[in-house]
Amino acid sequence: MKRFLLAAVFFAVLLLLWEAAFRARIWSPVLLPSPWQVASYLKNAAVDGTLANATVITMRRLLAGYFIGLVVGLPLGLLTARWKLFRDTIGTMALGLQTLPSVCWVPLALLWFGQTEAAMLFVVVMGTLWSVVIATETGVRNVPPIYRRAALTMGSKRLHMWLKVILPAALPFIVSGMKQGWAFAWRSLMAAEIFVTILTGFGLGQLLHYGRELSAMDQVIAIMLVIVVIGLLADKIFFSPIEKFLHRRWGTSQA
Amino acid sequence: MLNIIAGLEKPDSGRVLANGKPVTSPGRERLVMFQEPALFPWLNVFGNVLFGLKLKPNLSKKNRHDVAKYYLELVGLSRFERANIHELSGGMKQRVSLARALAPNPRVLLMDEPFAALDALTREQLYGDIQEIWKARRKTIVFVTHNVREAACLGDRVLLFSPHPGRIQEEFAVELPRPRDINSVDLAAYATRITKALKSLGQTAAG
Repeated sequence: MKRFLLAAVFFAVLLLLWEAAFRARIWSPVLLPSPWQVASYLKNAAVDGTLANATVITMRRLLAGYFIGLVVGLPLGLLTARWKLFRDTIGTMALGLQTLPSVCWVPLALLWFGQTEAAMLFVVVMGTLWSVVIATETGVRNVPPIYRRAALTMGSKRLHMWLKVILPAALPFIVSGMKQGWAFAWRSLMAAEIFVTILTGFGLGQLLHYGRELSAMDQVIAIMLVIVVIGLLADKIFFSPIEKFLHRRWGTSQA
Repeated sequence: MLNIIAGLEKPDSGRVLANGKPVTSPGRERLVMFQEPALFPWLNVFGNVLFGLKLKPNLSKKNRHDVAKYYLELVGLSRFERANIHELSGGMKQRVSLARALAPNPRVLLMDEPFAALDALTREQLYGDIQEIWKARRKTIVFVTHNVREAACLGDRVLLFSPHPGRIQEEFAVELPRPRDINSVDLAAYATRITKALKSLGQTAAG
């Protein structure tokens, strides 16, 4: 409770400073709207459905791409961990492509797919995939050999070994790879939405972009807030519980 | 040696026979208890003991649970069924390993210096436990150790291995009533004899 209060005070002070800066007219109100203006934009956008619409469209793109990235990346990671041939080929490629900031896929996606949903999907998949491949491979290769030997003597082999021993043993690595993949996917999708107008759907990134075009700073700040909140929620609702479970089970310290 | 019996490694020459059949791969009838507890951190204590049982065909879920509970009881850890592995002490971990190895009811239990990493007190407790379990379940146990007293305390037959190449040099039969106390005088006499043989072995190897 005390922690919650302190946090609440911190954010209240932040808002007050913002309001004070606005009232002092240090910057033009066009560049720095008041918190109330931002709040009223949020309210209007919520009421007329713009916000919900854009959020749904963005999340749909994100989740579809992320899901594909996971479904393709996990087996690829297992393959690279298992066979040298895959490690030398796909593993090396994954390592290289992972260092590429995912925004860099946007120009290529546009030329290949045009201004379509496919371009968006491609960028998100590329953002997710390589982190997942690398994390899975690292995780599998870090499984202590003794687990495998113990499982062997108890009669575990092949598929059972992979599903019941190696995958769970690698889980902490895989989850941190999934988290990184999520962060990359989120960033690359925002970049893509800001750069690319796609008539099939108006996402959060596009709202941000038009906010800038119209010099509507209240819109820009409001959408940024929404993006931050979505990121926080994803962490709290999805990743945090999984990480807590892993910490409890493995006995790794929790910050 | 133990790895070859377990089927985890292939012998350079010769072969291992179990019930007249050569051993070529790991099998449920020969379970290993390793030096470090090879328990799975993603499962709790109960899950670990269940692991081998789930791989055994023709067991109902109820059967498996009953068997797992029985062995946890046997090693005195019923209360820790739901505990996570990292919450256990070293001795408790080895007890869980023992329960896990016993649960699928192997014909032979292979123990690779399982108590080497434990403190003396815990170890002595486990000597008692293992003799009791041995009495109750009548398993063949192959126990590898560097500790002569431990060998004399637990073994019916003590086989002395020469270093490089590892060959069986001598065999001692320990004829003492059970349960044996590791600190007893009779046991010390056996231990002295074995140690002597061990020392002369070292000298021939060095000379």
